[in-house]
Amino acid sequence: MSLLRVEQLNKSFGGIHAVQDLSFEVDPGTIHSVIGPNGAGKTTLFNLVTGVYTPSSGNIFMDDQPIAGRPAHVLARLGMSRTFQNLQICMNMTALENVMVGRHLHLDRRFLPAMLRLPGIVRGDRDCRDKAAELMHFVGTGRYLDSDAASMPYGALKRLEIARALAAEPRLLLLDEPAAGLNANETAEVDVLIQKVAETGVTVVLVEHDMKLVMNISDHILVLDYGKKLAEGTAEAVRHNPDVIAAYLGAA
Amino acid sequence: MRTPRTGGLMLLALIVAAIPWFLPNNFYFEMAILVGINAIVAVGLNLLIGYAGQISLGHAGFFGLGGYCSGILVATYGWPPALALLLGAVGVAVLAFVIARPILRLKGHYLAMATLGLGIIISIVVSTEDWLTGGPDGMYVPPFTLFGWELYGEAVWYWVIGGLLLLAVWLALNIIDSPVGRALRALHGSEVAAQVAGVDTTRAKVRVFVVSAVFAAVMGSLHAHYAGFVTPTSSGFFHSIELVTMVVLGGMASTFGAVVGAAILTVLPQLLTGFEDYEMMVFGLILMLTMIFLPQGLVPTLARVFKRRDQGAGAIPGVDEVDP
Repeated sequence: MSLLRVEQLNKSFGGIHAVQDLSFEVDPGTIHSVIGPNGAGKTTLFNLVTGVYTPSSGNIFMDDQPIAGRPAHVLARLGMSRTFQNLQICMNMTALENVMVGRHLHLDRRFLPAMLRLPGIVRGDRDCRDKAAELMHFVGTGRYLDSDAASMPYGALKRLEIARALAAEPRLLLLDEPAAGLNANETAEVDVLIQKVAETGVTVVLVEHDMKLVMNISDHILVLDYGKKLAEGTAEAVRHNPDVIAAYLGAA
Repeated sequence: MRTPRTGGLMLLALIVAAIPWFLPNNFYFEMAILVGINAIVAVGLNLLIGYAGQISLGHAGFFGLGGYCSGILVATYGWPPALALLLGAVGVAVLAFVIARPILRLKGHYLAMATLGLGIIISIVVSTEDWLTGGPDGMYVPPFTLFGWELYGEAVWYWVIGGLLLLAVWLALNIIDSPVGRALRALHGSEVAAQVAGVDTTRAKVRVFVVSAVFAAVMGSLHAHYAGFVTPTSSGFFHSIELVTMVVLGGMASTFGAVVGAAILTVLPQLLTGFEDYEMMVFGLILMLTMIFLPQGLVPTLARVFKRRDQGAGAIPGVDEVDP
């Protein structure tokens, strides 16, 4: 059974068909990439899947449960987490607290016990802090354990976002251009990190511009152009697909 | 954690305990009691404004409702004051809950305008419904009694309010340093990030709005009993602005900042009695100058200065983070 299934998905903004008749499936335990030239509809697709947009028509299923248009906090409960192309880090909090926020659904969220600081809350927070610290080491931001998020460099924040997403213990992790704005070294590090994440059993869906990164790590690639599926398959198959080459190099 | 919770709370307890030794007469006791009352409201409001990042320009409305609820139920209907206070708190909680959902969907200026409107409505209602509230002159409120014991005298009131202040600060610090509190701060930092982490942001905002409104309502009740009367001014726009200024001056997202802000802005007008006509101008000026020169507020700014001095010149953040 596929973890994520998209059927006949359409999204238009006025007269612009950002996503047209798109269908695909994501199998559990794989790294699935979505690529395409600028304006191909990658980010729109991402926003549709993560509940930011509601589809004009079509369906999205997670575990055969329809999720199109469900708000993000409901999707989180189903085991979906994501990162953002333009960082969404809470700059008013420490790095560690940002990751702790990721564990929200695993903690006691009642107001009254929190207000009275009952022992259960203290214990839960202590475990949460340990787990968050562990994750910060896992993504390679261990040196910023005591830092404010606002004092961290861009590359580290990108990885901090991945740590926060992982803190939710998602089954499906969507990464929106995790390498955007990173230099070659940092991109290589993210490359390794994504593979490490996938090895832990998390299914990864990736939207990315960086071809090298995508070709290296993807089990499956979906190529979009003008909102439609242009090609789909393994890295090797996609690389040699004449339509893909044409779309990227602009051949007639 | 870096939050100075226990240390700060101990310090506050010491200050509360020490202050009476330095108060020469009842006038100063009265001032200290008013500081405490305002500080508790500001601590509650700071949860909403400072931590969750949602503005309210109508909190005096809740304060006034608490006061009038006590006044009407106790003076007119002879209820026990504690029960009236409780009913005021519950009533305000219900009101806040009902209006919070539509109001908190608004952002920025719109939220400010909606809460402003709410405060104005409350203040108009209490000043026009003469038969119930005594109109613009306000109404008499009997002393607070509990099981036949009357809360009487400045010293007794001081200790009650001081104790409540410590309780309020403790509760606020607990909330902030908990999953609920982190969710609030997260939705302030990035609402969409909080949602992705599973935070039902609407629900979180509604809850903190209700809690801060209840803080205001309870203190409104006690203030009415303490003063012996309640007037529409207590629920008016200027009082709302005063409360917001306390939060902003002391430091948004700083519980102790809210206490300091309340202390300064309660004492200041008493020292400037000659300038009574210009009080609102002074408040406006303080608000403007704070936003321009101390956007973080007094306490966070000072805390950072001391922290930097502690660390010395060795560790300048940012320097060791340059790419290799």
